[in-house]
Amino acid sequence: MAKIVVDVMLKPEILDPQGQAVGAALPRLGFTFAKAVRQGKRFEIEIDGEATDAVLAEVSKAAETLLANPVIETFNVRVEK
Amino acid sequence: MKIGVVTFPGSLDDRDAARAVRAVGAESVALWHGDSDLHGVDAVILPGGFSYGDYLRCGAISRFAPVMSSIIDKAKAGMPVLGICNGFQVLCESHLLPGALTRNHELHFLCSDQRLKIENNSTAWTSEFEVGQEIVIPLKNGEGSFQCDDSTLARLEGEGLVVARYVGKDPNGSRNLIAGITNEGGNIVGLMPHPEHAIDPLTGPSADGLGFFTSIITQMVSK
Repeated sequence: MAKIVVDVMLKPEILDPQGQAVGAALPRLGFTFAKAVRQGKRFEIEIDGEATDAVLAEVSKAAETLLANPVIETFNVRVEK
Repeated sequence: MKIGVVTFPGSLDDRDAARAVRAVGAESVALWHGDSDLHGVDAVILPGGFSYGDYLRCGAISRFAPVMSSIIDKAKAGMPVLGICNGFQVLCESHLLPGALTRNHELHFLCSDQRLKIENNSTAWTSEFEVGQEIVIPLKNGEGSFQCDDSTLARLEGEGLVVARYVGKDPNGSRNLIAGITNEGGNIVGLMPHPEHAIDPLTGPSADGLGFFTSIITQMVSK
């Protein structure tokens, strides 16, 4: 069994009000390190067997079709060690 | 004349949309998300709501409903389709319209009467309006901020594909205050505010929304 992780992020030019709200909340709690915060989504997909290149290609296709909206988002597919 | 109104699990405004269709003298036909048969309708309305719980992204899962595969084919062939609110989100997720609707810039769910300016009256759904006409209809959504890249925005503006724009205070952070857009053919219109809730001053802020429904009747009759 393997676990495949798909991270989805809004493209840099797309307004991210959720990330901004988190970024504004941090200093109110005394965390002053953040210059900017962007919020995204993470999908953890368990599969039977090995994460072969063929499987990863299928996952990428699924990410492009459903998990992410390529109009506003980018995605990254990787195998969780 | 038959106008289909789709009900997805989680649709809220299908009844008001059907009522608006009847109010202008057309027959409203209930279309079910799981049925790919469009029952011979001449046009389709995708209503507001939270289809499939709006899980993942608004409209993302609805796009793959059996009824949508038929609607996407017919819309590409010229059938008039009006997507209101969640319906607009579904149209964008289906790539029938460019761009996407994202979280309102101030993160609040909005529910208020909104002033709009009609920018394009050559679509199937806006011919009864004048360009520049201002109308007031309800706006109610959490994810109504219209976003697209710069080249898409330039194309929308350059080709006159913006159908309506917010007037007054920016409600949700939409690029260029865009409230609604259309495709090159003018048969597909996506609109964030709700004309179906403004067809009778007794129950809405105005009857300004009626124009969208009388427009489609005019369009059908003239064909």
